[in-house]
Amino acid sequence: MKELTEFMHTGTIAELVTALRAKQLSSVELTRAVLGRVDAAQGALNAFVTVDVDGALAQARAADAAIATGNAPPLAGVPIAHKDVIMTAGLKTTCGSRMLANFTAPYDAFVVEGLKKAGTVLIGKTNMDEFAMGSSNETSFYGTVKNPWNTDYVPGGSSGGSAAAVSARLVPGATGTDTGGSIRQPASLSGICGMKPTYGVCSRYGLVAFASSLDTPGMFARTAEDCGLMLNAMAGHDVRDSTSLERPREDYTRDLAQPLAGIRIGLPAEYFGSGIDPDVAAAVDTALAEFRKLGATTVDVALPNVKLSVPVYYVIAPAEASSNLSRFDGVRYGHRAEKYTDLMDMYKKSRAEGFGAEVKRRILVGTYVLSHGYYDAYYLKAQQVRRLIADDFQRAYEQCDVIMGPTAPSPAFKIGAKTDDPVQMYLNDIFTIAGNLTGAPAISIPCGFDRRGLPIGLQIQGNYFREAAILNVAHQYQQATDWHQRAPTLAQKAGSLPPEGVK
Amino acid sequence: MALTLDDVHRIAHLARIEIDEAAAREVHGKLEAIFAMINELQAVDTTGIAPMSHAQDVMLPLRDDVVTAGDQRALFQSVAPAVQDGLYLVPKVIE
Repeated sequence: MKELTEFMHTGTIAELVTALRAKQLSSVELTRAVLGRVDAAQGALNAFVTVDVDGALAQARAADAAIATGNAPPLAGVPIAHKDVIMTAGLKTTCGSRMLANFTAPYDAFVVEGLKKAGTVLIGKTNMDEFAMGSSNETSFYGTVKNPWNTDYVPGGSSGGSAAAVSARLVPGATGTDTGGSIRQPASLSGICGMKPTYGVCSRYGLVAFASSLDTPGMFARTAEDCGLMLNAMAGHDVRDSTSLERPREDYTRDLAQPLAGIRIGLPAEYFGSGIDPDVAAAVDTALAEFRKLGATTVDVALPNVKLSVPVYYVIAPAEASSNLSRFDGVRYGHRAEKYTDLMDMYKKSRAEGFGAEVKRRILVGTYVLSHGYYDAYYLKAQQVRRLIADDFQRAYEQCDVIMGPTAPSPAFKIGAKTDDPVQMYLNDIFTIAGNLTGAPAISIPCGFDRRGLPIGLQIQGNYFREAAILNVAHQYQQATDWHQRAPTLAQKAGSLPPEGVK
Repeated sequence: MALTLDDVHRIAHLARIEIDEAAAREVHGKLEAIFAMINELQAVDTTGIAPMSHAQDVMLPLRDDVVTAGDQRALFQSVAPAVQDGLYLVPKVIE
């Protein structure tokens, strides 16, 4: 049964669904194998904060029972993981923070409900930068997540645990959240697909809020097709999120097979300038040549204000964060200091102890830009420049269907390399932030490797609600290339991770 | 708009985060670098540009004024640091 045991971690979501339905394997077998691999990889990768063995096996048994009736939901029996900023009823939801070390979520997030209804099996919660603030997963209270391609390197962040778990073939899919690139950048650095849908397509209900006007739930998987299957289960209108959009239901996989002839790819000069690692530039150029071979044409577009994305983001996101994170006061939930003199002292000590350095820095930045006399100069100004950036994209989409470029300016960097310089760290998101400021969808897909064997990601952006078109473009590329099938040695090495799983 | 060390103490107080002198000095240096980057925005002419507060220009929806979730006090208080008789306990604020 070597092939089957291998298939249990190399199979895509689409392939696993087919095999489960054909009863070539049961969800309980698959889930046991996955739990075994997750456990075996934890020491090397630190991808998970919580693993729910009993819950996963119970859900797997229920999935097998549903499959036996012949009336199973679309993703019945497929194991997945959730980023630990997404609430899961009865399970710890730590946000990578000491603040929520003992916090058990009282209810499920909308996207958790959706994936549950679709029949998925929840393996556990993945490690992340504290409160989703980071680009390397080094700000987690639960330790740095390692990149499966080379454990001396970061997996990207903030959804680094989900990215590492999918990259190492521990789970075929995982959720993430993307506020400035927190899905796409780790997908790029970890060599997998990561998609941020249009803001409002997936409800934010049950996400622990970071920056409410930018936070977007999304997913990691190894193929564009699998991203579409997950999005089908995660999208939908929800009255509990006032920014959730009421739109007709879509099958996001409907256009996967469309040929790319006639598709116009916009290439902004701003994405191909100085500061890009030469290996990244070369891999993206090779990918563009492949798209031309597939019948697409390329056209130069201009995004003159996109260079201001980082400063705009570092006003808007901290401002919203300082407001959102004011709820952690040691009263209703979260960490409370052991010793304090009065209420003010309790607030201050609880927050000083509960939050890590990067979270505190961003709260301080946000508090400052919102404080008396500075609002117009910072927050209002940033919102105006946000408009200029969004207008640039609308003009560009008059000339093209999708916009491509590198997801991140460089491949993964070494753990510790940028921890002392927040501004250098922030610049990692220079190409992804605009997608959050505009709210339009984007995906990162693997398109090559650098000289050290670290993966490189290609970002495909589209206009609002063009998820199906983006997935079509990504899928056609994946039919013609095999970058998405390359697995890190750590995931392949026989014996390093037991394929047979737990008994 | 240079950020001073006094500003750091002031905003830390506003944000209800205890900070000692050494930590304030360290964070001050990092905040100066962050604001140097943010201040690039000041050079942009935004005269007459409507601020974009949100990705979608939609009206906030209204929903019917009916109870949907019911009483969940016990559930929500189960994660609180200190409760008694259904109330959250905090240090005494009234003499």
